[in-house]
Amino acid sequence: MTEQVRVALLVTCLVDLFRPSVGFAAVKLLEDAGCAVAVPSAQTCCGQPAYNSGDKDDARAIARQVIEAFAGYDYVVVPSGSCAGMVKVHYPELFGDEPAMRAKAEELAARTWELVAFLVDVRGMTCVGASCAQSVTYHDSCSGLRELGVKSQPRRLLASVEGLTLKELPDAEICCGFGGTFAVKYPEISGKMASDKVADIAATGAGCVLAGDLGCLLQIAGRLSRVGSAVETRHVAEVLAGMTGSVPPIGAPRKD
Amino acid sequence: MDPTSRAFIENAHAGLANPVLRRALGIAGSGFPARRAEAIARLPEFEALREEGRAIKDHTIAHLDYYLELYEKNVTAAGGMVHWARDAAEARAAVLDICRSVDAKIVTKGKSMVAEEIALNDHLEKNGIVPVETDLGEYIIQLRHEPPSHIIAPAIHLMKEQVEEAFRAAHTELDPARVIAEAPQLCAEARAILRPQFLAADVGITGANFLVAETGSSIIVTNEGNGDLTQTLPKVHIVVASLEKIVPTLEDASTLLRLLARSATGQEFSSYTTMSTGPRRPGDLDGPEQYHVVLVDNGRSAMIGGEFQEMLRCLRCAACLNHCPVYTAIGGHAYGWVYPGPMGAVLTPALIGVGEAGHLPNASSFCGRCESVCPVKIPLPKMMRHWRERQFAERRIAPSYRAGLKYWAWVAQRPALYHALVEIKARLLGWLGKTRGRFRAMPLAGGWTQIRDMPAPEGRSFHALWAERQRAKR
Repeated sequence: MTEQVRVALLVTCLVDLFRPSVGFAAVKLLEDAGCAVAVPSAQTCCGQPAYNSGDKDDARAIARQVIEAFAGYDYVVVPSGSCAGMVKVHYPELFGDEPAMRAKAEELAARTWELVAFLVDVRGMTCVGASCAQSVTYHDSCSGLRELGVKSQPRRLLASVEGLTLKELPDAEICCGFGGTFAVKYPEISGKMASDKVADIAATGAGCVLAGDLGCLLQIAGRLSRVGSAVETRHVAEVLAGMTGSVPPIGAPRKD
Repeated sequence: MDPTSRAFIENAHAGLANPVLRRALGIAGSGFPARRAEAIARLPEFEALREEGRAIKDHTIAHLDYYLELYEKNVTAAGGMVHWARDAAEARAAVLDICRSVDAKIVTKGKSMVAEEIALNDHLEKNGIVPVETDLGEYIIQLRHEPPSHIIAPAIHLMKEQVEEAFRAAHTELDPARVIAEAPQLCAEARAILRPQFLAADVGITGANFLVAETGSSIIVTNEGNGDLTQTLPKVHIVVASLEKIVPTLEDASTLLRLLARSATGQEFSSYTTMSTGPRRPGDLDGPEQYHVVLVDNGRSAMIGGEFQEMLRCLRCAACLNHCPVYTAIGGHAYGWVYPGPMGAVLTPALIGVGEAGHLPNASSFCGRCESVCPVKIPLPKMMRHWRERQFAERRIAPSYRAGLKYWAWVAQRPALYHALVEIKARLLGWLGKTRGRFRAMPLAGGWTQIRDMPAPEGRSFHALWAERQRAKR
């Protein structure tokens, strides 16, 4: 038997705090894809809040921590296009004038993947053993889509989920208005973008909206519940890992 | 115009609450991107063309001094004259001097963003010269005494009802009982009013989409033909253009023209593409007797060699505005100065200062759609981030926000402490939010809960659960 591929999971700070189920869904999918999964404990956040607020020094310091914590694994997999994009695209840029660190950042970038893209493009996964008797729609989160080219991979795996119907979302590629600190610095604009997104979601008639980024999902779920919509919100990994029966949707009451 | 960018949040609120703007942007918001997408689908080499366009602009800006001097030499050889203006005041003075030298009373104007930037109309009016905007959109907003809200469709924030209102208020010599409810009637009226102005004008002022170094030509694109009448009928033609409009050759200009109209309106080519080289020559049937170019720097040369240099590639196509979910939500006036949308969020701070325009590069979710449609691949989000870096370094952000960020970053660099704090937070918020699954309000999170609920955490942190799972395995 060949040695297992060693994958380190970059959990992301939002999954860590809000939705550990997404992390466990990722672990299950990676193990199903034949990977040995590790979760380096020296990780906290990828540094985007600092980076996008103009605090480059702290962004660099956090990037160094991530680069060190994730050294030595075959791959680093992230259940978020935004955080994966941070590592893959922006870490090398952060060290533009430090050649040694830049080389390390590029080495890490080359091994880093968004979860669903990794399953399909690297591990060659074509189907998952999950079922979900629901009609769903899918929002393409901006960073995953435009920085990493995540578009067909989630649709491909969703097509293999037994009982699931995908209703395409009009304007699926338009931002939901999350944008990290943008959401709290400009709530009115962010809210308008969320309202437009929620209206598009409602127009599909789907019972559940999926995406690959918890930031967008908190925004969408928060707006859906504020307007009294019954549409459920989930991370795509939860559906692919077959967890919809055991884990309530984002923002729904818990029974345990 | 005096910037109102400091009041961005209030301006945006007004835009969001304006039903006319909502309707107008609703139409434009989907129309432009759909037409662009169709035009690009018909041109398989569009991506290669974007690369070529970027390379042309980068090369030109890297050798700007050379091409500007070559351009001046060729303008002069064709019988024209170049006037160098370091800033807006010098540019206004140069235009006024030329107008005065021919004792101009009426000046017709083609659409020009740099003329807006240097507030040319106000200056001419103050000095007794009547500027007449001849682009329909510009004419409408001139009547309404307001700035453009879009760089290629200046009156995009209006519906035909507002145009009718403006025409009835301005054209008092016409029959008040006339019917001008529909667009063709409004166009016909504008044409009838403007036609004598074209003939009466002493000077015609246009902008330029490109200045061609090898020939000394200026190129404008229009869909109304007003630019041609503006620059060929009066005795004097003044081109007002900023430095970065220069391209080396006609071949380069045609490459960029192929990108421009498709990116802007989804046309393969604008209805009119007009080249001017010097004044009328002997034997020419028409054309001006004098041809002047006022070359405006106004902060551009200071962008060269720095982190905003790539912004000088901008063709002013407005694709970034049309595809921006923030612009299409709030409209162009919210940005508070001449250039709105993503390109304005980068350019405006460079021209009027980041102290004045600090909101603009922050009011972006970094969705990246602007960069993905830019015909010359300007990394707009990256440059907005550069402005944020500068604001952070210069302590131009709220002290409470800065302190919060610094505290968070300090904790984020201490994983054991961080994990302990996250676990406490996850347990506490998970417990508080268990029955409803969400929070309608939350201390210190008013910015979030103002417009959406906060989904409750599941109750444990991932790292705590993972550590338990690993211990159980052993």
